[in-house]
Amino acid sequence: MLIKTPKSSDLKESEVTPENVYLNRRDLLKGLGFLGAGALLANSASANAIDWFSKEEKVKFKTTPLKYQADANSNNLILTPENKVTTHNNFYEFGAQKQQPAELSQSFKVNPWQLTISGECDNPITLDYDDLTTMFALEERIYRLRCVEAWSMNIPWIGFSLADLLKKVVPNSSAKYVFFETLHDPIQMPGQANRRLGGGIAYPYVEGLRIDEAMNPLTLLSVGLYGKTLPPQNGAPIRLVVPWKYGFKSIKSIVSIKLVSEQPQTTWHKLAANEYGFYANVNPKHDHPRWSQSSERHITSGGLFARNRIKTLPFNGYGEQVAHLYKGMDLRKYY
Amino acid sequence: MNKKISTAKKVLMLKVVIHLVAFLPLFNLYYLAFNDLLGADPVERVIHFTGIGAFNLLLVTLTISPIAKKFKQGYLLQVRRLLGLYAFSYAFMHVLNFLAFDLQFAWWLFFNEIVKRPYITIGMLAFVLVAALAITSLNSLKRKMGKSWQNLHNFSYLIVVLVATHFYWSVKSELISPLFYFLLTMVLLGFRYKKIKALLGSLFSKKLN
Repeated sequence: MLIKTPKSSDLKESEVTPENVYLNRRDLLKGLGFLGAGALLANSASANAIDWFSKEEKVKFKTTPLKYQADANSNNLILTPENKVTTHNNFYEFGAQKQQPAELSQSFKVNPWQLTISGECDNPITLDYDDLTTMFALEERIYRLRCVEAWSMNIPWIGFSLADLLKKVVPNSSAKYVFFETLHDPIQMPGQANRRLGGGIAYPYVEGLRIDEAMNPLTLLSVGLYGKTLPPQNGAPIRLVVPWKYGFKSIKSIVSIKLVSEQPQTTWHKLAANEYGFYANVNPKHDHPRWSQSSERHITSGGLFARNRIKTLPFNGYGEQVAHLYKGMDLRKYY
Repeated sequence: MNKKISTAKKVLMLKVVIHLVAFLPLFNLYYLAFNDLLGADPVERVIHFTGIGAFNLLLVTLTISPIAKKFKQGYLLQVRRLLGLYAFSYAFMHVLNFLAFDLQFAWWLFFNEIVKRPYITIGMLAFVLVAALAITSLNSLKRKMGKSWQNLHNFSYLIVVLVATHFYWSVKSELISPLFYFLLTMVLLGFRYKKIKALLGSLFSKKLN
């Protein structure tokens, strides 16, 4: 697991914004009662302003506490505060702006749920909602999530190894890749019904891993974070977490896992193959056309003045566990 | 019957409104951002807000003269400089946010990004031009510059095209908003079709000579 020694410059728990102040930030905005220059015309930045007129969230998704084995390293880590983990999400199914998924997903239904594991295997199965949290012993894994947009968070996930699940279905010799699919439900996921809200990507969202990447013990199927089941904006009821790859590989709200023989198409690669590769391993030496990947802003607590730019590590710091998977491969070509 | 409001009063009122609408949101934005009340990543929010705000103000500035002409409201031209200066201020904060809060004064990375990323290159070029217009908006300089002042300020048409392209190239996937802005830009430039044609014409004839 990731070990991080706190620096003297790191912020302490006591500096975290009290939750009630954070939750009331909209009232603060409202109290001021005006629109910004950024809201003079319809545009992405003005959506916040428009929100001020809509009703406050009526429903909040209910998460439930989970039983799990705590991560042994948890004391050494500065975690990203829970309210940041759950309000800063790239989940275009619920809106392409960071704060939208938390706002537009609260009535999402996760029970009943069906997750099918099929394809090149001897023993295909379908899991129901309850199976997701009861089939395997759950453990906490604190991973750094590195987004391709050059920011990162430390998140205490709860889940089980994908390998454990794959062993259950017994992959056959043709199973070379694993293909994942997110739920397609435009009624519940407004981004799938509206191009502007959904950021213009193709739905359903699909992702893939090579079988050895999928079987690596680091690769996690997560059903919770911060001790509770996942909220919808983080990919409820079950999502992938591949900590050495950019965040877009970690597909959310999965309904299908399929063992396949050919390298599958993946959502962002289809949209812009020169920007997003199939492998998408965190690599400070290979820049994204839009961003330098040599460093990142590590989001913890702290406002605009937080000095949080840190060096990006090869494989996001997990090289010891995964670098051998890519021996002999030109990682600049297979980005 | 109704009392006529003097032109000076109208201009003053308009200026007060512009100050309120342009300055207060900026004040509000930074108050929230400094206190970590602006979502999980205030850096992204302040960059986007000031960027789109600068573009909006630039477009409003370019709307003034067509409206003044069409509705014969000449006094409107007297608030154009203020709007332009606010557009510059927003653009300045946009660049400063990127340098100070996103890159956290990693100067080498800053210059590297300007050279390497086409959308930042043209954004920076637009900013330098806007800064030149802002500086030369001083009355004393304007008088000194004579005819070349107008030549310089005609660059506002190039600036708005650069900014529209900067926005279009900067987004990851959703292209509807940047295309909408491009359309607005073209409409505003369309009002100046003859002038721009003449400007381009003189540019080419100079080259030929």
